[in-house]
Amino acid sequence: MDVSALDEASLAGSAVNIGEIMQAIAEHKGCGTSGGSGKASCGSQAGQGELPTEIWEKVKNHPCYSEEAHHHYARMHVAVAPACNIQCNYCNRKYDCANESRPGVVSEKLTPEQAVKKVLAVASTIPQMTVLGIAGPGDPLANPKKTFMTFELVARAAPDIKLCLSTNGLMLPDHVDTIARFKIDHVTITINMVDPEIGAKIYPWIFYNHKRYTGLEAAKILNDRQLQGLEMLTERGILCKINSVMIPGINDQHLVEVNKAVKSRGAFLHNIMPLISAPEHGTVFGLNGQRGPTAQELKALQDVCKGAMNMMRHCRQCRADAVGLLGEDRSAEFTTEKVMAMDVKYDLEMRKAYQAKVEEKRVAKVAAEQEELAKLASEMSGIKLLVAVATKGSGLINEHFGHAKEFQVYELSTTGAKLVGHRRVDQYCRGGYGEEESLATIIRAINDCHAVFVAKIGGCPKSNLLKAGIEPVDQYAHEFIEKSAIAWFKSYLERVQTGEIQYVDRGEAAIRQSALISAA
Amino acid sequence: MPFKIIASQCTSCSACEQECPNVAISEKGGTSVIDPKKCTECIGHFEEPQCVAVCPVDNTCVIDTSLPRY
Ligand code: SF4
Ligand code: SF4
Ligand code: SF4
Repeated sequence: MDVSALDEASLAGSAVNIGEIMQAIAEHKGCGTSGGSGKASCGSQAGQGELPTEIWEKVKNHPCYSEEAHHHYARMHVAVAPACNIQCNYCNRKYDCANESRPGVVSEKLTPEQAVKKVLAVASTIPQMTVLGIAGPGDPLANPKKTFMTFELVARAAPDIKLCLSTNGLMLPDHVDTIARFKIDHVTITINMVDPEIGAKIYPWIFYNHKRYTGLEAAKILNDRQLQGLEMLTERGILCKINSVMIPGINDQHLVEVNKAVKSRGAFLHNIMPLISAPEHGTVFGLNGQRGPTAQELKALQDVCKGAMNMMRHCRQCRADAVGLLGEDRSAEFTTEKVMAMDVKYDLEMRKAYQAKVEEKRVAKVAAEQEELAKLASEMSGIKLLVAVATKGSGLINEHFGHAKEFQVYELSTTGAKLVGHRRVDQYCRGGYGEEESLATIIRAINDCHAVFVAKIGGCPKSNLLKAGIEPVDQYAHEFIEKSAIAWFKSYLERVQTGEIQYVDRGEAAIRQSALISAA
Repeated sequence: MPFKIIASQCTSCSACEQECPNVAISEKGGTSVIDPKKCTECIGHFEEPQCVAVCPVDNTCVIDTSLPRY
């Protein structure tokens, strides 16, 4: 991941903004019919753009690094690392690491042996599972034995699975060589500051060299180690993603500095996540009333940092034992008890065949978007608006409004459709209690959107959405998201032109703060 | 007086277990427990008792005053 100098041009071809690659692919008419590299390699090109091939190979099936891949491929985390070596004010250590996971969630702890069995069970059941991550529930590098033992066992049993690791960075420099040796090609470091004055407000203490450090000293050691670790990894060509938690009033402005610091050291992606904080989490920030950012504040900051490097807008802050596509959690199917009872056969060929099919679908989706975008080319309009989409993956509008646990948010303009984030919500249709209330919560969560795209929606929520000024759109059920959104946008612009409707600004939206225990 | 762990506060994160120079800590019944016969209060090893320094829950690793000093 030595793409430190990602400028606008290469950004357009990066994992995050792939408009131009889509163009390139749509124009690439010989695809699949001409000789040479043939269909298979052509299919695998969806999304590469100007990324160097070696980096593309690393990210193309990685749902956390490639926005495009996250629609198609699945990842899993195993919770083998319970201990941590620092304290964050947004963390309550009864729960999972809040850096990497959802606050307020407890993962089922596994031994390395149990973890491997689980990986094989999941990989056999979900062939598009391509990535295994260790992210907690504490800090993987505060549990080096368990973490690396797990990687070693998985690498032996299932060599096609990519390995990744998330850390607070304190012990990173000590383990870089081991990370390289185990061919772990993706590392996530959570860096919330590059200024100890700010760090002291986020980290009350660290445990380092057999001592507990506090205050400025603690923050300085932590930051030095994080940046040193980042440099050492990028020197070795290991992809690094930086996570930052946006804490309004503490590091929100400062994250622009962080963005510069990590970019100059070769980070591949910067993922700015909202602080999720509520009193019931029992964290310092939750208890002292520190608020999280609104959806607007988050997007504004992501937009400022975007010019500088790849931003990751599709991050779900997965829990440490998450299983499935981003935004989906099938971990309940793979509890330790169930996994240990399973008879697992690891079929590499079946997995490969399945993944080849997925590649074909990816190319089709990209081509469909291009086709629709071409129709928009003649439109001249400065209008930019957000729409929410209910999806279960594969890049399709294929979720019922009432079943959606989250909505993906796309920004539409005459330049196309761009994923800018996602909003978690309660399922509206859980039956029984609280439906009115949860509908109101959903509307608050997507209040900044002009429309919501669903596979299906009931009459009552439909009229409530309309009342709130959000247009429910169900005519594109089971079609590709981008293509449909662009087609809808075109008709929207026409309706505005004929005066049938008026373009009005939407208000703020709220980021869900309370714990989701069962939802992904 | 060796150290003990207040079980009701322990998150069983095992951080202390990894740091103890005397391998005095192990998991029992869902929480970590210190074997008072092995604990040396870290004297001779480190300046601070390691379990206290690393534990995320304050006042969870504490001196067991019911036992004689190491
Ligand atoms: S690094 Fe993770 S587990 Fe450790 S204190 Fe911070 S949020 Fe909690
Ligand atoms: S005080 Fe030291 S020797 Fe005693 S249990 Fe804690 S870490 Fe082990
Ligand atoms: S460090 Fe503290 S919370 Fe963790 S296992 Fe030891 S006593 Fe329990």
